[in-house]
Amino acid sequence: MPANGVPTKITQGSGTKGGIGESTLRPDGTLKVTGEFAYSSDMWHEDMLWGQILRSTVAHAEIVSIDTAEALALPGVYAVMTYDDLPTEVKHYGLEIQDTPVLAHGKVRHHGEPVAIVAADHPETARRAAAKIKVEYRELPVITDEKSALGPDAVLVHEHRDDHHIGHVDHPNIVHRQPIVRGDAAAAAARADVIVKGEYTFGMQDQAFLGPESGLAVPEEDGGVHLYIATQWLHSDLRQIAPVLGLPERKVRMTLSGVGGAFGGREDLSMQIHACLLALRTGKPVKIVYNRFESFFGHVHRHPAKLYYEHGATRDGKLTHVRCRIVLDGGAYASASPAVVGNASSLSIGPYVVDDVDIEAIALYTNNPPCGAMRGFGAVQACFAYEAQMDKLAKELGLDPVEFRQRNAMEQGTIMPTGQPVDSPAPVAELLRRVKAMPLPPERQWESSEGADVRQLPGGLSNTTHGEGVVRGIGYAVGIKNVGFSEGFDDYSTARVRMEVIAGEPVATVHTAMAEVGQGGVTVHAQIARSELGVAQVTIHPADTQVGSAGSTSASRQTYVTGGAVKNACELVRERVLDIGRRKFGSYHPAWATAELLLEGGKVVTDGGEVLADLVDVLEDEAVELEEEWRHRPTEAFDLRTGQGNGHVQYSFAAHRAVVEVDTELGLVKVIELACAQDVGKALNPLSVVGQIQGGTTQGLGVAVMEEIIVDPKTAKVRNPSFTDYLIPTILDTPTIPVDVLELADEHAPYGLRGIGEAPTLSSTPAVLAAIRNATGLELNRTPVRPEHLTGTA
Amino acid sequence: MRVNFTVNGRPQEADDVWEGESLLYVLRERLGLPGSKNACEQGECGSCTVRLDGVPVCSCLVAAGQAEGRDVVTVEGLADHARQRSRGGSEGVPLDAAKGWAAKGGTDSQAGEGIELAPIQQAFIDAGAVQCGFCTPGLLVASDELLEHNPNPSDADIREALSGNLCRCTGYEKIMDAVRLAAARQSEGV
Amino acid sequence: MDFLRPASWEEALAAKAEHPTAVPIAGGTDVMVEINFDHRRPEYLLDLNRVGDLYEWETGEDSVRLGASVPYSTIMEQLRAELPGLALASHTVASPQIRNRGGVGGNLGTASPAGDAHPALLAAGAEVEVASAARGTRMIPIDDFYTGVKRNALKPDELIRAVHVKKADGPQQYSKVGTRNAMVIAVCAFGLALHPETRTVRTGIGSAAPTPVRAKAAEEFLDAALAEGGFWDNGKIITPSVAKQFADLCAAACNPIDDVRGTASYRRHAVGVMARRTLTWTWESYRGARHTEGAA
Repeated sequence: MPANGVPTKITQGSGTKGGIGESTLRPDGTLKVTGEFAYSSDMWHEDMLWGQILRSTVAHAEIVSIDTAEALALPGVYAVMTYDDLPTEVKHYGLEIQDTPVLAHGKVRHHGEPVAIVAADHPETARRAAAKIKVEYRELPVITDEKSALGPDAVLVHEHRDDHHIGHVDHPNIVHRQPIVRGDAAAAAARADVIVKGEYTFGMQDQAFLGPESGLAVPEEDGGVHLYIATQWLHSDLRQIAPVLGLPERKVRMTLSGVGGAFGGREDLSMQIHACLLALRTGKPVKIVYNRFESFFGHVHRHPAKLYYEHGATRDGKLTHVRCRIVLDGGAYASASPAVVGNASSLSIGPYVVDDVDIEAIALYTNNPPCGAMRGFGAVQACFAYEAQMDKLAKELGLDPVEFRQRNAMEQGTIMPTGQPVDSPAPVAELLRRVKAMPLPPERQWESSEGADVRQLPGGLSNTTHGEGVVRGIGYAVGIKNVGFSEGFDDYSTARVRMEVIAGEPVATVHTAMAEVGQGGVTVHAQIARSELGVAQVTIHPADTQVGSAGSTSASRQTYVTGGAVKNACELVRERVLDIGRRKFGSYHPAWATAELLLEGGKVVTDGGEVLADLVDVLEDEAVELEEEWRHRPTEAFDLRTGQGNGHVQYSFAAHRAVVEVDTELGLVKVIELACAQDVGKALNPLSVVGQIQGGTTQGLGVAVMEEIIVDPKTAKVRNPSFTDYLIPTILDTPTIPVDVLELADEHAPYGLRGIGEAPTLSSTPAVLAAIRNATGLELNRTPVRPEHLTGTA
Repeated sequence: MRVNFTVNGRPQEADDVWEGESLLYVLRERLGLPGSKNACEQGECGSCTVRLDGVPVCSCLVAAGQAEGRDVVTVEGLADHARQRSRGGSEGVPLDAAKGWAAKGGTDSQAGEGIELAPIQQAFIDAGAVQCGFCTPGLLVASDELLEHNPNPSDADIREALSGNLCRCTGYEKIMDAVRLAAARQSEGV
Repeated sequence: MDFLRPASWEEALAAKAEHPTAVPIAGGTDVMVEINFDHRRPEYLLDLNRVGDLYEWETGEDSVRLGASVPYSTIMEQLRAELPGLALASHTVASPQIRNRGGVGGNLGTASPAGDAHPALLAAGAEVEVASAARGTRMIPIDDFYTGVKRNALKPDELIRAVHVKKADGPQQYSKVGTRNAMVIAVCAFGLALHPETRTVRTGIGSAAPTPVRAKAAEEFLDAALAEGGFWDNGKIITPSVAKQFADLCAAACNPIDDVRGTASYRRHAVGVMARRTLTWTWESYRGARHTEGAA
C-alpha cells in the first residue's frame, strides 16, 4: 500500500555544508567526552554552602511541631528554614495549579515532602543538621487508590481547592476529568459481532535521568539571585520562583547548566526555590545536589493508571466502538495531571478509525508520590491498554494482529474522537508494514561451538538457563502521540539570531532559552542557521533568561517550536542582510532586484546559482540581530462535557515489532530485538533522530519488564527508592533496535518535520508485552510484567 | 584527614577530608575534576568509573582514605592515558594509533576545538553515542579498558564489559557502534 | 569518624581489638553505600586495602585458602578450575566494576542472605578463617557461620582472614534469578556441587531464607537415590522423578519472604527450577567426564 504523503522539499541552504538533513555532530560532544561539560551538579563557587532538605518520613500527617534549635546550633550551619521563614505571602508553586507548598505547612501529603531546609559548610554537616530537626507528626489515614479517594467519607487531600477544575469534577479528590463522547457507542456496540473487555494496570515509572537534581544559587549585589540550574524550561521555573522569593523576575537570573537527562522529570521545580531561599538568607552561594535516594522523592513520576476498556468489531475486522475509562493516580499535588488527562482521553483509542466512542479519563489526588510529566505523557498508559485490546480482538476474530490493525488504521483525513481531522500524513498502516517486513533475528542465537552463551539468554550472566524453557514470541504495536502543548495553550518559542563578520568570516549566533537536555537541539539549531544563512560558523549561545521563553523541552516540541523560531528568526535576518546587500550592491547587478536570492557558502547567490556578493562584503562591520517569537498553529480547549475540539497541532506515529525469548519456567525475559518504524516528517539530523528513537524504545522496554516504583498501599511510602531496587535496562537487557525512518512532510510544520521524541516510548511497551503473551499464552494485563506474573506465583 | 594520591599522572593532595568521603567526592569537589559523575553513589550505574591502579572501579564506593598512595585515572586523563599507552605500545594498542584520531574541531564546536582525544572519545562523538552525556565519562573509562585488553571484542563481550554502566538516553545502540568503531579504527591502525 | 589504616594483618587485628566497633572496609561495595546514603555513621572505618595478605590465595591439597579480599574478577579468571561454583557465582556479582573491588570477605562480613558467594561456598564446603589479636586464629565451618539476617558468627574483635574452600572434585553449578540480565541483586540463588569422591551432593540457597541455607533433606534424598540406583557408577541419566523430588525438596528448604524483589511463592518456585536445572547440568558434565575417561 502506498504511503499517504510526500517527502519534504527544501531549497534555501541545501547547498550549505552542515545544514539540515545531515548527521552533523554535537557541538557539545568534545566537552562531554572530556569531562569538561559543566552539569548542574558540577557547579562550584568560592565560599559556597551546601543545602540539604529534610523530607517527611510519613505520607499523610499533620505537623504538630518543628524544632530547629539543635540543628541551628551545630557548628558550620548557616541557616535552617521552615514554612514560617518564607519571605512573602506566596508560599506555593505549581505548573498549572499552585497547590505545592515550598515547605510543608501544617500537613504533609506524601512521603518525602520537603519540610525544612538547611545550609552548611559541608554536605555532611548539612545532613547532620537536618537529622537534628525534630518534627512531630500526627498521622492521618492515607488515600492510595480510587476507592479510598472517592469513598463517601474519604479524607480530602486538599481541603480548600479553588482551582479552575474544581467546578467540573465530581469529587474534590479528582484533579481533572475529561470525557469524550462522539457518535453513539451503545448503538454501535449492538452492531458488534465481537466485544472484548479488559482491565489494565500500568505501574509507576520513574524518569531515572542519570544527572540528579542539582543547582547553584549565587546571591547578587542588587539583592537578586543567579541560579545555575538543570531544567526543562527556564522561564516556567522563573515564573514560579520569583514570587516566592519576593523578587521581580528581572532580579532572578537563570542560566541553564548541563542537564543530565530529563524525560519530563525536570518539568516541575525541585530544589530551585530552596537553593535561592538559602542563598538569599545566608548571602552566600548555595549548592544543592540530590543523591539517588532523594531524587526518587525530588521529582514527579509517570502516572500509574487503571484502564478499563471495551472494544467491539464486526466479523470482517472493522472496529465498531470503544468505551473506556482511564484512572490516573496524580498523587499528592497536581503537577501536570490536568494535561496528562487531556492526552490520555484524546489519544485513548490509538491511531485507529472509530466513529463511536465513550471515553472518560480522570486524575486523582492521593497521598502517593506526585505524578506528572514523563516522556509519552498520558498517551503511554493508553497505548499499553488499547494495543492489548487490539490483540485480543484480532485473536477473537481469527485475524493476524498486524492485518487487523491495518484494516482500522487511521490516515490523513481521519476524524479523531475529539472531532479534529488529522490534517497531515498518518502512515499507520505503512509503519506496521515496514516493521513486519524487517528480517527476523536468527533462532537460538545463544548457541555456539562452546555451548550456550548465557549472555544471550534470559537471565543473562546469572546463568539460569542454557536453553531450557526458552520460548520465542513476537508482538506488534503502534501508537499515536500529540506533538507540542495542546488544548489552547499559547505554545511559542523565541529565538535571537545575530549575524556578523568575525575574523574575516560570516558568523551566526543563535540565542534561545531552549533547555538542551541531551536531545540534540543545539546541534539542530546550528544546522538550521547554516541552512538558512549560508554560513559555516554558528555559535550557540548558552541558554538563559536574557532571551524570551523557548517553552519546555517536552511534548516532542523543541525541534518543531524552537527550531521553528530559529528558522523564522534566521529568515528575518536573511531578509535584512539581503536588504543591506541591495542597498550596497543593488545598482551593480539587476538580479539583486529581480531574482530569488539565497545565502549559500558565505555568499549571496541567485536561485540560478550566480554569485552576487560575499557576505563579508555585504556585512562589513555591521551586525544584524533580532529576537522574534514564533508560534505553531493555535489549538482549542476540549469541551468539558463532550471532549470535542481541535486540541492538538500535530501527531506523531511509531510502530514496533518485539522479538522476545522467555524462560517460561522462571518467568525471565530477554528482548532479542525491538524493531521500530517511525514517520519523522523530515529528519533534520538523521543520527540524532535514530538515537532518540532507540532511547525512547528502551524506556518503553524498561517499563514492560522491570521498571516500577513500588508504593506500599497501607502506608503510601515508597519501598524502592534506589538504583538497587528500581531497575532500568542495562546494555545486556537492551536488544538491537533496527530503525526504519519514514519522512513524509507535514506541510504545516517547519521543514515538514514531526516531533519525534515520545512516539517510540509508546508502542515499545505493548509490543514487548504482546511478544511475551505470544510466547507464554498468558493474558498479562499489567506492566511491568514480573517473573511472578509469568509463573503463577504473584 | 589528608589524602595523597596520583590523579592522571599528577600527585595530588587533599586536606580536611571527612573520613566518610568517597574518592568520587574528593575528585569532584576538592580536586576540581568533576568529569566522574555522581549519578547513583551506590555502585549501580558506573557513571563514576575511574581506573584505580589500572582497574575500573566505582569511585563512589572507594573511601577517600583508601586511595592514599594509589594511582587514579579519570575521564579527564583518558586522552593522556591513551597517548602514553600507544607510545608504550603496551597491551595490544598499536603505536601511534591515537594520532590520526584527534578531534576534528568541527565547525559547530562551541569549545574544545583541536583538543586531542583518546580514540574511544572520538568514536563516541562520531557514532552519536553521546546524548545528555552524564553516563559518558564512566562508559569511556570502561570501554577504553575493554579495548586495552580485548582489541576485538564480540558484541556479547562489549555488552558484558559495559553491563555496569547505565545509560538512560541512547538505548545503548550508538554506544555499541562507538566501541565497534574504536575497535575497528584500532585494528586498521595496525 | 576515624579512618584507621593498618599496614599489615597484625596491625589490623590490633586495631580491631582496640576498637571493636570499627567497621572493616575492603572493597567498600557495601559499607560505602551505607555511608553515602547516611544509613551508617561508624565511629571508626578500618581500611583493609593495605593488608596485602588478604589479596592472596594458596592452592593446597584439598582446598584453596582464598584471601578475604581477592576480588571476584580474579576468582572468575584464575580459580575457575579449582572453585568452579564460586567462579560462576563471582560472575553474577553486580557489575565488572564491583567485581574488581569486592571479595568474599565482604559477602561473609555482611552476611546478607542475598550475598552471591554464599550458595557456592555452602555447596562446595568451606571454612571461614577468622582471627583476633587476643585469641589468634579459629576456623568456622561455613554451615555454622550464618547466624541470622545479616548476622554471622564473628566476635566483635575478629576479622575475616580467608575462606578455605574445598577444591572441586566434581562438577559444580550456580544460578541466580534477578529481574534484570545484569547488575542485579539476587531474588534467589542456588549452588550445587557434586562430590564424586564422597558420593555426595551439596547445595546452597541464597535469598530464600533469613540466612543462606543448605537443602539438607534434598541432599540426603539425592545421595540415597544416587547410591541406590548405582548412578555414580553406571552414569545413567537421573530419572525425572528423582530430579523432581530433589527440586521439590530444595524448594521446601526455603523460608522466603515477600519483598520488592519478589514474592515468597516465586522464590520457592524458582529455587526448585534452578535445583533441577543445575542438577541436570552438573550430572551431564559428570557423565561426560566419565565417558571421556572411559574412552581414554
